[in-house]
Amino acid sequence: MARIGVFVCHCGENIARTVDCAAVAGSVADHPSVVCSVDYKYMCSDPGQNLVKDAITEHGLDGVVVAACSPHMHLKTFRRAASNAGLNAYLVEMANIREQCAWIHPRTPETTVKATDLVRAMVEKVKQNVPLEPIRIPVTPTALVIGGGIAGIQAALDIAEAGRDVIIVEKEPSLGGHMSQLSETFPTLDCSQCILTPRMVDAYQHPRIKLYTYSEVEKLEGYIGNFEVTIRKKGRSVDIDTCTGCGACMEVCPSKKALDEFDMGLRTRTAVYTPFPQAVPNKPVIDREHCLHYKAEARAIARGKPVKAVCQKCAKACAADAISFDGGDELIKEKVGAVVVATGFQLYSVAKDQPEPYLEGYGEYGYGADPDIVDGLQFERLASASGPTGGKILCPSNGQAPKTIVFIQCTGSRDPAKGIEYCSGVCCMYTAKHAMLYQHSVHGGRAVVFYMDIRATGKGYDAFTRRAAEESGAEYVRGRVSAIYRADGKLVVKGVDTLGGEPMTVQADMVVLATAIRPQPGIKELAQKLSISYDQHGFLNEAHPKLRPVETNTAGIFLAGCSQAPRDIPDSVAMASATAAKVLALFSRSEMEREPQVAKVDQATCSGCFHCERACAYGAVEHLEVKDRRGNVLRVVAQINPGVCQGCGTCAANCPSKSIELDGFTDAQVFASIQALSL
Amino acid sequence: MFEPRIVAFVCNWCTYTGADLAGTSRLPMATNVRIVRLPCTGRIDPLFIVKAFERGADGVIVSGCHPGDCHYSEGNYHARRRFRLFKELMDFTGIDSDRVTFSWVSASQGQKWADVVNGTTERIRALGPFEGYPGSEEVA
Repeated sequence: MARIGVFVCHCGENIARTVDCAAVAGSVADHPSVVCSVDYKYMCSDPGQNLVKDAITEHGLDGVVVAACSPHMHLKTFRRAASNAGLNAYLVEMANIREQCAWIHPRTPETTVKATDLVRAMVEKVKQNVPLEPIRIPVTPTALVIGGGIAGIQAALDIAEAGRDVIIVEKEPSLGGHMSQLSETFPTLDCSQCILTPRMVDAYQHPRIKLYTYSEVEKLEGYIGNFEVTIRKKGRSVDIDTCTGCGACMEVCPSKKALDEFDMGLRTRTAVYTPFPQAVPNKPVIDREHCLHYKAEARAIARGKPVKAVCQKCAKACAADAISFDGGDELIKEKVGAVVVATGFQLYSVAKDQPEPYLEGYGEYGYGADPDIVDGLQFERLASASGPTGGKILCPSNGQAPKTIVFIQCTGSRDPAKGIEYCSGVCCMYTAKHAMLYQHSVHGGRAVVFYMDIRATGKGYDAFTRRAAEESGAEYVRGRVSAIYRADGKLVVKGVDTLGGEPMTVQADMVVLATAIRPQPGIKELAQKLSISYDQHGFLNEAHPKLRPVETNTAGIFLAGCSQAPRDIPDSVAMASATAAKVLALFSRSEMEREPQVAKVDQATCSGCFHCERACAYGAVEHLEVKDRRGNVLRVVAQINPGVCQGCGTCAANCPSKSIELDGFTDAQVFASIQALSL
Repeated sequence: MFEPRIVAFVCNWCTYTGADLAGTSRLPMATNVRIVRLPCTGRIDPLFIVKAFERGADGVIVSGCHPGDCHYSEGNYHARRRFRLFKELMDFTGIDSDRVTFSWVSASQGQKWADVVNGTTERIRALGPFEGYPGSEEVA
């Protein structure tokens, strides 16, 4: 026979004003399972909690119902108190007679009846409760950081500096990400590489950071604290341990037509290449798509002919003998406890062909096909001292300095007609920076900026945009551009000045489009590998937009930088440090504790239909083979990984054979409540 | 006047918190509704609703996070699919589907919760007591 204690709280006058608390305690005292039922002015106070603790000892209670405020307020308080008195914490429940009764009803007999009903329902539920223990999960204190841009580097350095191991996986041949392509950074106009490259080197040389460049995440298995990642290390053909980085291979490579990704296609590179002079590691890689040997190899394989060595001049030129054409991709497994996704962004392209069906290019801008229409990153390369023009801003078509330049903000951003309604956040600032860089580079030139609004909300940002408009002399025109076409050797930019209320035409030499920030290509496939969710644009979803901005709904996976939304450098760095703090908190103990509200499968009745697997948003359902003594598989049933299960119970309601129970909300517990409340 | 007995199955994160907010905001509402707190609408087995009617309830409310806002990402989508089907089955089993309210109430919608409670109470009051399934003699 159950021995339940009921404790009715007055909450000062909050509950007692409309509910007759003594009557509630009195009427449930008759219940056959209730051995003690009392009311008290402040149950959550020290004396109130002692009342509960003493009753547990005195009456040997095996269940406690506290009728007071919302369980969101004090369930933890009373569970802790019970636990201190030796009663399992999960044998305590609360009846919400304040928020959901006393505060919303007048002082009538019905209000007291309702309060009594709520208490009775909890008494019935508690009778079905079973002791539960917090789930303890071992933690592997190594973090995986996906993406080696500024966000990934910052997160990795913060974690490594705190004494934990980090693995960085970067898909490009070098660390650095987009920040390494920038010329100067707003709002200080300091050189991007000058502040970034020391960080890249720090990460490369850190004894606790293991770096996989030219590598991608192939698969992630496991759960918080216990992931196993499979990394695909793409065939580099250059052994980075023996390579000295002398560059002799690049000098002899005859394949020179590949568009240079780092310079945004503004110049070409050889097939064996180092992405940029400050690359980390500063070792080349062979681009197999453009290498004459690999092209010949692919042709030979396609035709079923034997593979012969072609060209291989680089290998002959390599004094260190570091180049080999034999190796392919390599798959490496690593055990990690947490994952930071810092995959960054790509720019929206105004071209006709779009990667997503909902996106549209800008036909009115000639799809950006004119060589003198460039995007923001291309302009960065033109302005950069390490860029194709050595830092001189010159038109790509003729190598002349543009006398008139037009910057168009919000190209793609905030334009639902083209498919993106969000603000990309950084374009107002970098356009102001571009206008300033242009004025510094081309004296007496005319810069026209078309904008919708100026959104400069960061520290020192508004002053910066004002400087661009008021001191550097850029003409800021509020309005959109409806067409760009070439006539008489000039780019004709037709727009409207909405403040002046007049149409406006500019004869420009160069146009810079501040195109929208989009998540990296392949982000959805990566999200699926990690079982995390993304929004309609492919940005990864945070667990809560305000209170859990760097966590995902999958425990142990965190977000930094532009993978989550468009971010500038200071925000990306702040966010990266925030993820590092979350990761370090997880790594601070060798075992983590979790609430035991998880689903369990009765393997005796499970039919192995795996409806539960399809219902689970977290991939917590595993396949368990039931074998006989000889090891033959008799059947396959579901098993729920308590480390992954978040306790929503969708599987339990979906299970056709009723073989799944959710601890804390079992069918027996819910039916007991329903029975008490429906009478 | 007939006072119906209504059981509400709500999710812990949105509607339960919204109902708490209604209390904190002191929004008056009918005393007829009793809440059963569950982690997610995805946990709500249609049998819970059948059971409530079987045990004497005159009406049922099912409410959770708005589509897209589920604390567990997609539990409410499973619930929505389940209850679309279940509503069709209800008339077949003899429960007037008007006796069940399905709604989305977020944690910030205290007023909406009060409206759902009062609206449902009025509607069930007009429908009168649930007389049991046709052909069933066990339930009064």
